[in-house]
Amino acid sequence: MKYLDEYRDPVLAKKLIAEIHRVTTRPWTLMEVCGGQTHTIVKQGIDEALPEGVRMIHGPGCPVCVTPLEQVDKALAIAARPDVIFTSYGDMLRVPGSSTDLLALKARGADVRIVYSPLDALKIAIANPDRQIVFFAVGFETTAPANAMAVAEAARRGIDNFSVLVSHVLVPPAMTALLDSPNNRVQAFLAAGHVCAVMGWTEYEPIAAKYRVPIVVTGFEPLDLLEGILMAIRQLEDGRAEVENQYVRAVKREGVPLAQRQIFEVFEVGERKWRGVGAIPESGYRLREAYARFDAELKFDVGEIRTNEHPSCIAGAILTGEKLPLDCTAYGTLCTPQKPLGAPMVSSEGTCAAFFSAGRGLGGARSPLPVVPFPQVAPSSAGGAKAPR
Amino acid sequence: MCLGIPGRVIEIRDDAGLPMGKVDFGGVRKDACLAYIPEVQIGDYVIIHVGFAISRVDEEEALKTLEILATMGDMVRAELATMGPGMDEPAVVSDDGTPVEGAFAVSPGAAPTSGPAPGAPA
Repeated sequence: MKYLDEYRDPVLAKKLIAEIHRVTTRPWTLMEVCGGQTHTIVKQGIDEALPEGVRMIHGPGCPVCVTPLEQVDKALAIAARPDVIFTSYGDMLRVPGSSTDLLALKARGADVRIVYSPLDALKIAIANPDRQIVFFAVGFETTAPANAMAVAEAARRGIDNFSVLVSHVLVPPAMTALLDSPNNRVQAFLAAGHVCAVMGWTEYEPIAAKYRVPIVVTGFEPLDLLEGILMAIRQLEDGRAEVENQYVRAVKREGVPLAQRQIFEVFEVGERKWRGVGAIPESGYRLREAYARFDAELKFDVGEIRTNEHPSCIAGAILTGEKLPLDCTAYGTLCTPQKPLGAPMVSSEGTCAAFFSAGRGLGGARSPLPVVPFPQVAPSSAGGAKAPR
Repeated sequence: MCLGIPGRVIEIRDDAGLPMGKVDFGGVRKDACLAYIPEVQIGDYVIIHVGFAISRVDEEEALKTLEILATMGDMVRAELATMGPGMDEPAVVSDDGTPVEGAFAVSPGAAPTSGPAPGAPA
């Protein structure tokens, strides 16, 4: 597919890896924020191709993983109501709550439906005027424009049997929370390309300046990630701490203003809990007062929620990069993608699931990493000596 | 869920006041909301995320990135000739297709397969 295959060329990847090795003189620790990036890095073995001493820490950017247990339990309580059609992005269905998950609830007869877009949930609401349709509005800044539009459209069209259970989180407060931690080892960030496509990168500039940390807005294909890593290491080696944009083809400094306007029309920033991490001030979105009638938490009384995490799960330490899945006693034994104990094993964007699907630490010997070579596609135009960014 | 994929806009329409369109992802066609990228035209590439276009792909920049990457090999060789090694020897230096150690090595004889695209949503 255009704009995907070109960025998976193995020949160019080798060149980038060689260049990373050439410029690296010291050990460095980098964090990729987004779970989609983690998936590619682990699957393609990019972290293992880096110079010795250069470490990739996998960040908290998996929306499924950080949705707090309380919200999952609320979702389960609401979805169990006979008058409710509960709609959700597919990834959330197998996330373990305190006692069950949405998929198990569906198997027991609850009306739980997977939607690709929140506008599909609106369509279900229009088609079922005698039922209550609830959408689980989770995610980072990338899903916020879609979720905000669904609420705004429900208001505009007067669709009153639609509501959202909001659990929206934001990337920059999570980064500063990590940087403020005394255990922090992260020296540079690869920022999430699509979060920045929506929001731009101006909010990262004060972070780079205050913490003296390079931040490179990076895409999701292997070549994007390698170039992002190279740009971050160049900054570290030069003693620079700037916001740079690797993902030029999709991200502008100001982001998408219309999307931002829609987000802040519907949502306001507030404190959010992150699963495994705890409460972070000003780290998420909640519905504005004007849209309170679409708030599922106000519409449905779910009673007291008592949460209960599995005692073996170390998801919090995984999400903050303090530990790797291989440090977990349950990884690959008690906890597998088929029977996950914690959220990072559920989503393909979760670090545990990424490790598991790459076969890391399973069955004794390490599996050979490049299982699937990149599809061979010649770059559409070569030559034309241009200075690297 | 956080994975956006690029596709080509093949149809633009108004759906009860909401700008919508059809987007082609290498043969798979899906509906998408185009409200946030009103300047988009048929034939443009956009990045679609949970059914919404969140960015128009800049074709010129996309090609430029690839050109820079393609020229990098020569620069690497030129630089290597004048500079000392990094903190360790490059794990992968071969540009001529010979098998190399490391993650991007393709085992000899193994036909390249275009397996499931990394990063593409299931």
